[in-house]
Amino acid sequence: MAVTTVHRASLAPMLRLQTWAEFLKLWRVPAFSVTSLFLPVMFYAFIGIGQSSQKIFPHVTFGAYFLGSMAVYAVANVMIFSFGISVATERGMKMDVLMRATPMPPLVYLLSKCITALFFAALTLAVLFPFAYIAGGVRLDASVWVTLASRVLLGSIPFIALGFAIGYLSGPNSAVAVINLIYLPTAFASGLFFPKQLLPSFIQSIAPYLPLHFFGQLGWDAVGAPTDGSVTTDWLYLAAYGVFFFLVALWAYRREESRKFS
Amino acid sequence: MPPAAQLIDATKKYGAVEALKGISLDIEVGEVVAMLGPNGAGKTTSISLLLGLRKPTTGKALLLGLKPDDLNARSRVGVMLQESGIPSMLKVREIVDLFRSYYPKPMTRDRAIAMAGLEEKSNALVKELSGGQQQRLYFALAVCGDPDVLFLDEPTVGMDVEGRRSFIERIAEFIQMGRTVVLTTHYLEEADQLAKRVIVIDRGMVIADASPQEIKSRVAGKRVRFAAAALTEKDLEGLPVTASTIVQNTVQLLTNQPEAVLRELFRRGIEISDLEVSGADLEDAFISLTTHKATG
Repeated sequence: MAVTTVHRASLAPMLRLQTWAEFLKLWRVPAFSVTSLFLPVMFYAFIGIGQSSQKIFPHVTFGAYFLGSMAVYAVANVMIFSFGISVATERGMKMDVLMRATPMPPLVYLLSKCITALFFAALTLAVLFPFAYIAGGVRLDASVWVTLASRVLLGSIPFIALGFAIGYLSGPNSAVAVINLIYLPTAFASGLFFPKQLLPSFIQSIAPYLPLHFFGQLGWDAVGAPTDGSVTTDWLYLAAYGVFFFLVALWAYRREESRKFS
Repeated sequence: MPPAAQLIDATKKYGAVEALKGISLDIEVGEVVAMLGPNGAGKTTSISLLLGLRKPTTGKALLLGLKPDDLNARSRVGVMLQESGIPSMLKVREIVDLFRSYYPKPMTRDRAIAMAGLEEKSNALVKELSGGQQQRLYFALAVCGDPDVLFLDEPTVGMDVEGRRSFIERIAEFIQMGRTVVLTTHYLEEADQLAKRVIVIDRGMVIADASPQEIKSRVAGKRVRFAAAALTEKDLEGLPVTASTIVQNTVQLLTNQPEAVLRELFRRGIEISDLEVSGADLEDAFISLTTHKATG
């Protein structure tokens, strides 16, 4: 038959507009944007500032140490909330049905969400870092700031998969509850708010296996604090968790596909 | 040129429920077709198969000669679905621009918004729109890609009379552009106003496929109900009715000529009581179509 000419929209502008739309969707919901940008700063103000200059390790002040904690908390927070809640809400409103009938490839949708989440995560650091510098008096080498930022951004990727999995497994109304029930306790248990030594002993015994623990260690190591094991081990565990979360997300996505679109 | 949309012996089961019991239909390029049927008849399922949102249990669905989930096919198709959501925190112009970016040769943003009559709401957030305005926004999203084939699933559902009238004018305006349009509705009137061809679907099967005029002539407009003692089917023979049922002493007739039916009943000297003549609803209309088919 005749030559099939391919008439499709080009992907670059599609991805750009989709990403912009994803950003606006999050930005215009203060419950998400304000919380993501200012909650870590607020925690830093309450917990970090008072004893910021106190040295907890020979070369590390509490201010710097807690900056590492909050950078990890802030970034993982964005990943889990932006993905988990937006995916669950969009499923609840059946936005995915209309999207599926359009010629937009699903990969563009996924990619735009990832880019938006990473951008938002970077924004939270852009608020947190100057705050720690000015209000907390944290002084670090330029290279340390850069290392911390790039580590937490890269290390946040497994949590994108976790957020995605939660978004597909929970309903639009339960997503927030599920996330708070999982995320806050593990953030505490991983020592992001208080040193682990202050936690009940049974929590201390499971803490070293939590994903946020490994992620936290990357942050603490970046600011020069001593951590258990090597950074390489932390990365490996985090990567393994990433693969696991990704598989769960994929399974949940496929399950949804076979229910809704078969 | 392959048909714009095609179902070939398509069946669809949802668990034990047989939503489509084997439908074949060809919709040619340039046709304006209405799929008419009561709720649960299988209209939305048919559309879902044609759009690749659902897969047929057996048989085949083709869109512009391609598999319905082929992005080359979808790039030429615009869709308005029932009960689908759009992000409430985007502005009208933003979401129209987003959907335009999905298509290779979209119309301008202003044109798409104007076709839906939303010029004054261009800067409003989706969540600020009324139900009718949201429905029109869905229409703007469906046409903004300047599609060759437009699918509208129950486009006027939930609209008031005035809203429906003006919305039908907007759809008619798009039809003027000479594109293929497939719409589902449960209003015969709407099908008549827009389409050149009406496919009637009932209980998962095509029970009629004809021009709106022909369908109208076959569908009973009135329901005549009365009580009469010891009446049999034989007494009703030769009456201009499309369907009749006798349950105990109650007789129900579907007809387009209630006066003629009554005149004939009186002429035959049949004693009737509790006479009631009312407009037939869609369910009645379908009964008359199905029985029409059954009796040839």
